[in-house]
Amino acid sequence: MRKLRKFFFLLALPAAAQTAAPAKPPADDLKLVQGLQRRIASGTKEKKASDMKPYKSTIPGTDVSFEMVPIPGGEFTMGTPAGEAGRQKDEGPQHKVRLDPFWMAAREVTWDEYRLFQFSHVEGKMPDVDAVSHPTRPYVEMSFGMGLNGFPAISMTQHAANKYAQWLSAKTGQFYRLPTEAEWEYACRAGNAPVDLAASAWYDANANGKYQLVGTKKPNAWGLYDMLGNVMEWTLDAYAPYPAGDAVNPWVKSKTSYPQVARGGSWNDPASSLRCGARVASDASWKQQDPQLPKSIWYLTDAQWLGFRLVRPLKVPSVVEMNSFWNNGVEVDP
Amino acid sequence: MNQSAEGLPGRRGFLKAGAVGFPAILSAAQSANAIKVGLVGAGGRGSGAAAQALKADDYAELTAVADIDMDTIDKSLARLQRAAGPKIKVASDKKFIGLDAFQKVIDSGVDVVLLATPPGFRPQHLRYAIEAGKHVFCEKPVATDGPGVRHVLETVDIATKKNVSLVAGFCWRYSNYIAETFDKIGSGAIGDIVAYYATYYTSPVKPMPPESTRPAGMSDTEWQIRNWYNFQWLCGDSLVEQAVHSVDKVAWAMKDQPPISCVAVGGRQIPANGGNIYDHFAVNYLYPNGVRAFVANRQTENCYNENSDYILGTKGTCTIGRGPNPRIEGQNPWSFEGQKNDMYQHEHDVLFASIRKGQPINDGKRMATSTLLAMMGRMAAYTGQQITWEQALNSQERLVPDTIDWKGSLAVPPLPLPGKTKFI
Repeated sequence: MRKLRKFFFLLALPAAAQTAAPAKPPADDLKLVQGLQRRIASGTKEKKASDMKPYKSTIPGTDVSFEMVPIPGGEFTMGTPAGEAGRQKDEGPQHKVRLDPFWMAAREVTWDEYRLFQFSHVEGKMPDVDAVSHPTRPYVEMSFGMGLNGFPAISMTQHAANKYAQWLSAKTGQFYRLPTEAEWEYACRAGNAPVDLAASAWYDANANGKYQLVGTKKPNAWGLYDMLGNVMEWTLDAYAPYPAGDAVNPWVKSKTSYPQVARGGSWNDPASSLRCGARVASDASWKQQDPQLPKSIWYLTDAQWLGFRLVRPLKVPSVVEMNSFWNNGVEVDP
Repeated sequence: MNQSAEGLPGRRGFLKAGAVGFPAILSAAQSANAIKVGLVGAGGRGSGAAAQALKADDYAELTAVADIDMDTIDKSLARLQRAAGPKIKVASDKKFIGLDAFQKVIDSGVDVVLLATPPGFRPQHLRYAIEAGKHVFCEKPVATDGPGVRHVLETVDIATKKNVSLVAGFCWRYSNYIAETFDKIGSGAIGDIVAYYATYYTSPVKPMPPESTRPAGMSDTEWQIRNWYNFQWLCGDSLVEQAVHSVDKVAWAMKDQPPISCVAVGGRQIPANGGNIYDHFAVNYLYPNGVRAFVANRQTENCYNENSDYILGTKGTCTIGRGPNPRIEGQNPWSFEGQKNDMYQHEHDVLFASIRKGQPINDGKRMATSTLLAMMGRMAAYTGQQITWEQALNSQERLVPDTIDWKGSLAVPPLPLPGKTKFI
């Protein structure tokens, strides 16, 4: 486990006001997910890989949009080859992974998008949007002076990122979730095209000690910006050793609050951490500076280098699958 | 993350070295070197402070808790159980509820008291704890009115006489990277300070629920205490309760010397829903030699948010809170590079180390003056007048009722009107 430099939270008060937080995050009830699944399944036009085109989606009722890029299904070698500079033990053994096609967001989720969810009010127009659990109000400015418009959203728990995905799915009628670790690495490798790090990534040597506007460096071979650097990105997986055997659409579900996997390195990391195979395990210290007990289930007070981007699988999942993607069930405190 | 206080050996080191020079309170008669901790106010911050206290010393144990609500106590203990397991030793008859519960905790044989109720009660709680010879961790702010601050200042002297430790929850003073920043400023890295501009623009903290949600038969007093953030007498207003952290940094930069006077604007933009606090302030403090400090805060949704400090000097500028690391630009450029500590934990590490060492520390004076510094801004905004430090220090206005009846009715004074509201 590499040692992360800890970042500290400007807090006098907690990031979240909870007088009596539930011991477990409230799983939005299955009925809500059933309704959403029906609406999404019946409204989805793309049925096969050849239907997948890049698209731009505007979040209804706002002028905020995001772009999705099709990622073809296929097989790749997951893990880092022996001898790659900076390789850690947990990046092996290399193994074959087969994945179904999905779209991936071209850019990291920005504050423009995330704040719509973070501060959204019950609109009363769409009950299944309003019913998704929303973050508590932060008490301090969560960009820590690094900028809002066009900058990546940071410092959210995996639970919060999952709930954003559910909220966005309810808003748009398309299914969104975090990428699995395998999907993330596959998209990052982009067929193992060579990478010019300085031209395509923000990291400690060029970022001036803060995150930068998303999508301003060169995209990778599959049109994805900032996969490496800028902010580290949440995946769906619990952190665990790789299996030796081949896998199809692998996803290691979380059974405990920590560790879960973040990928890609950030503005705060050296170049050696910005590798498609590098894995970072989440840790309780990422919430260290939350002065309250219980600590918030929404905010990671010490992870000012962590954000996320979403994917949309071609195949619309079942109700049960959607429910488990959006409700990790492990974001508990302390 | 259990670092011991700077310059002190680790806690185990103390124990190995033998119990020398303990304050009388930790006499050898006590079993197993335990330090018994009592918690007054078992909400989120109080529970957090308890977890940190128990982590700060191998032999700290929680033995008594006070709150207005048994449910709050039980929830807090359940969480603390997970955080600190065997160190939670609160017998069922050591869980006290009610407005006098603090006395029962302090009288229950504890060594250290954590004060984390709404600040309106702090002067009374602090006096009782210090009079009883307890070591105290005291959350900020320490009072909500002038008489309360003066009462606390007397208590601080009693603490000195009694040789007990008093650590304040002005947490930035215990943050290694902010302390290093102020050390730099103090040693002249930006020359002489010309002006200080601090912001605390955030969302509302604990908005007042509608009166229609008040349970049948709940008294005014209980309703107000349960929604304490919305009442002047309980929280001291947004500037005194929250932005006081920024005010404390101003005081730090000014070497804890008082200003001459201040003027301020403030008001309420979103409906107060029955509460009587402002949701924004902008204070202009005048210090000797024409030095100015500006502190602005706001608790409103969907507005520009920022929590930063800009300190302008004759040789450079220091910026805190714009990006993760403080930096100095100008003749002596500098930026913090290093591992940041957990300031909330460090407060307790220092407190317990001081107890073990028998060398009391006392943050009391600056804790009271920083509270008054914020209060002075509030007074200037409420009245629309220029307020001097002496006026603030001698303010006779009592916001906290003399007797607080849990079942009683309690009228809410109207929102202040600058130009009409009198300075008292």
